[in-house]
Amino acid sequence: MPEPSRPDTPFEAQGAAVAEAVSSTPDPGKARSLSSDAWHDLRRNPIFVISALLILFLVVISIWPSLIATRDPLYCQLGRSLDGPAPGHWFGFDTQGCDVYTRTVYGARASIAVGVCATLGVALVGAVVGGLAGFFGGFWDALLSRTTDVFFAIPLVLGAIVFLSMIKLTGIWPVVLVIAALGWPQIARITRGAVITAKQNDYVQAARALGAGNSRLLLRHILPNAVAPVIVMATIMLGTFIALEATLSFLGVGLRPPTVSWGVDISAASDGMQFRNAPHILLYPAAALSLCVLAFIMMGDAVRDALDPKLR
Amino acid sequence: MSDDRLLEVRDLKVEFHTRDGVVKALNGVSYGVDAGETLAVLGESGSGKSVTAQAIMGILDMPPGRIAGGEILFQGQDLLTLGREERRRIRGPRMAMIFQDALSSLNPVLSVGWQLGEMFRVHRGASRQEAKARAVELMERVRIPAARQRVNDYPHEFSGGMRQRIMIAMALALEPDLIIADEPTTALDVTVQAQVMELLADLQREYRMGLILITHDLGVVADVADRIAVMYAGRIVENAPVKELYATPAHPYTQGLLDSIPRLDQKGSELYAIRGLPPNLLRIPDGCPFHPRCPRVRDVCRTELPPLYAVSPEVTTDPGAEADAAGADAAGSDAVGSDAVGPDAVSPDAAPLAGADVTEVPAVGERSSACHFWKETLDDVHRHSS
Amino acid sequence: MGRYVVRRLLQMIPVFIGATFLIFLMVFALGDPVTGLFGDRAPDAATAARLRAEFNLDKPVWQQYVLYMGNIFTGDFGTAFNGRPVTELLADALPISFRLMLVAIVFEIVVGIVLGVVTGLRRGRAADTSVLMATLVVIAIPTFVLGTTLQFFLGVQLGWINPAVSPAARFDELIVPGIILALVSLAYVTRLTRTSIVENARADYVRTAVAKGLPRRRVTVRHLLRNSLIPVVTYLGADIGTLMAGAIVTERIFNIQGVGYQLYEGILRQNSPTVVGFVTVLVLIFLIANLLVDLLYAVLDPRIRYA
Repeated sequence: MPEPSRPDTPFEAQGAAVAEAVSSTPDPGKARSLSSDAWHDLRRNPIFVISALLILFLVVISIWPSLIATRDPLYCQLGRSLDGPAPGHWFGFDTQGCDVYTRTVYGARASIAVGVCATLGVALVGAVVGGLAGFFGGFWDALLSRTTDVFFAIPLVLGAIVFLSMIKLTGIWPVVLVIAALGWPQIARITRGAVITAKQNDYVQAARALGAGNSRLLLRHILPNAVAPVIVMATIMLGTFIALEATLSFLGVGLRPPTVSWGVDISAASDGMQFRNAPHILLYPAAALSLCVLAFIMMGDAVRDALDPKLR
Repeated sequence: MSDDRLLEVRDLKVEFHTRDGVVKALNGVSYGVDAGETLAVLGESGSGKSVTAQAIMGILDMPPGRIAGGEILFQGQDLLTLGREERRRIRGPRMAMIFQDALSSLNPVLSVGWQLGEMFRVHRGASRQEAKARAVELMERVRIPAARQRVNDYPHEFSGGMRQRIMIAMALALEPDLIIADEPTTALDVTVQAQVMELLADLQREYRMGLILITHDLGVVADVADRIAVMYAGRIVENAPVKELYATPAHPYTQGLLDSIPRLDQKGSELYAIRGLPPNLLRIPDGCPFHPRCPRVRDVCRTELPPLYAVSPEVTTDPGAEADAAGADAAGSDAVGSDAVGPDAVSPDAAPLAGADVTEVPAVGERSSACHFWKETLDDVHRHSS
Repeated sequence: MGRYVVRRLLQMIPVFIGATFLIFLMVFALGDPVTGLFGDRAPDAATAARLRAEFNLDKPVWQQYVLYMGNIFTGDFGTAFNGRPVTELLADALPISFRLMLVAIVFEIVVGIVLGVVTGLRRGRAADTSVLMATLVVIAIPTFVLGTTLQFFLGVQLGWINPAVSPAARFDELIVPGIILALVSLAYVTRLTRTSIVENARADYVRTAVAKGLPRRRVTVRHLLRNSLIPVVTYLGADIGTLMAGAIVTERIFNIQGVGYQLYEGILRQNSPTVVGFVTVLVLIFLIANLLVDLLYAVLDPRIRYA
């Protein structure tokens, strides 16, 4: 390698470490034992267990919010605007007089939907671009890498604001679309790095020498090595995308009422310091959001540590 | 004990506390080096060669490492009783270490001149220019061509052999009394190994330093070492002057090591290999730790840890043994003899140096072996080698 | 080294063109620059057509882009939403944002590296675990929540700071907003430095440094830290983009009239010249900052070939 690939972001640094750790296994048999090793470690890691349970809980209530919240998030009594906690309404009421607890529970759906869909999109685009660049090298690598650089040069929040304000659409799908369209360069760089490292492994060279075709090489030998770092990275990114949705909503270009989401409620509460006399309207949705983001970041961290024996 | 004794390690015990339990890396290591002497420490990986060296240097990672007992007497002073700062002042000016992999052991982002000069700047308070001038001198000393031009180059810009010369130069910088070289040539090409070894030996003679040469390569040892200490499972199993050890090993493990060297004069015959694997240091076998792999294992070996027996010089020149050696075909009587010798009947020549807990270290010329049946081993060798 | 710089500069050109073209596409193809000029009133057809011709909107997009970039490179950025030339607005806003970024970057580097080193050297101890948890919490809480809450407590409740920064935006007013802006990046710098320190602390050359009898402090600073900072420096390059985008949020919260604030106003009012002009300048700054970081990287790590 004439110029060592070097990490450009903490994400990528983490990803690179993961890529190295995972692809440094000499053969597929050992890779399997590495991943079972990692699983063995993970089950004993309290951070992983807690975050996994938390994520499971959040996913369940985002699918069936009525399991734990019986009211209608859109049923509001203006007369109770900003009222504090009351029997049956333990989180109090927001500016519109809606029940904060119900809205916090229902808010999970939009936030997690944005996070999950955006992450899937980013992972897909990034993995394809990075994978092809890394695998084919040469002209394709140069072209795809420069394209990655172009998207990397536009900060995600900045590009998302411009895009969303110009298309004048709000809602979950435009937010997902813009994140997927602009957020993939990091994944692409990680995948490219992982694929290049995997490609240099002796067993891949051996498979090539034995006449394995390109598609077989990619699917059977290289992909398994590149998947782990991408999953780790994507888990961490999922958390940050949920936070990004809230930020975009705060800036008025993300989700808007009547969509119920943590971001919408937090920005409504922060706007003009509405929370000054009723901290609960900010506290609960913000705590829910932060907990969710935290859960994903911690899980990504735990998985990465388990896959990277170097850091033990 | 010799007045010249530079370093004496006595009954050194080191353990590492890991997730899987306590790894007993050193279980009572004793050896000594005189000024100007070269001691080769031989053993498989995991035998504790490097751990001993790191303990002497005071660069063990603690934790997880812990020194569980013993003494390290350096010029009469027990290093283990010194404070951190006092030990630091010893490293560099009085003892230095050469590591195996010079590429990773040199800082990749600092020029070699800077790294060499650092010794003078830290320990001698030299100025920047002075330090650089000394660095050039050092590089010339270890015969690096065009030293003046290369002083600002970085480690990755040198070849493997040149890098190892720089490591040697760094160790020599303050002319220490003791140098520990941890497998200094293992990472090098065979053609370069000899040159580097020769350089090290020359410099050692020139400065009359004590040298501890850690290696698993018996070939390297023969030319340069004065004595050899063979380690197994964190203990010394044999300690002898180099010629005697090669000629007549007094421990089955040493014998196995020697037999596993490929020899030109025995071309065609199968290579010998010691069977089995080095012991797991988490669960060292009872008795003699070598017994599961030992070809001459007896019941007593499984239960009783052999102390370090003094191998008395008369034995090696024992007329009986020589007679045995002379009459190589008449091996029958001897075989019967050694079978008859039980652990309680270990020959009177073989007095344990100091019971089971060995604290005495053999002086120059003396030999020792940690095998209940060292004598038989010796006799056997005599028989075969003639 | 010189050739390396030239090569990097040449590599920047397509990236710059691509990035600005992307933004240009978003603004001119997705948005409607003409209606944006009129705010809520709909323009009459004749005026709209005249304006379209004036802005070259009747030509193909690539041609519009070329003409637009031509104007930008001759210093004509067009007219901003408040009727002033975009360049003037930029000249007012840039120094303010520069000061804000300076506060943020200094804070992030100094505190982040110190925390990273301290935690990295005390891995697994209480200090390490608590700082690590704190960084996670900081990353998990959106900046705008932290920003508004701190603004409320420090500015409104305690009265320690002025909740809104004055138009002059002096350094002392920018300290709290700068810290808010830096917090997430600070958390990442801390974690990255810690990881790097932990990894390097076991490196052979650190053991060599100890074996040389160097004082502990020198081993840590000259050998361990020097090498551990290399990935951190690279992160800082990418982080400048994050900070520029984050400034939109921070400047809005604290009413700082910097680049982010004006850009956001331009976006809200659909003023294309402001948006494209500002974003072009930001992309340029980002690319140059990354070039500088790359050069710094090459200086810090001699193993990088200037090939």
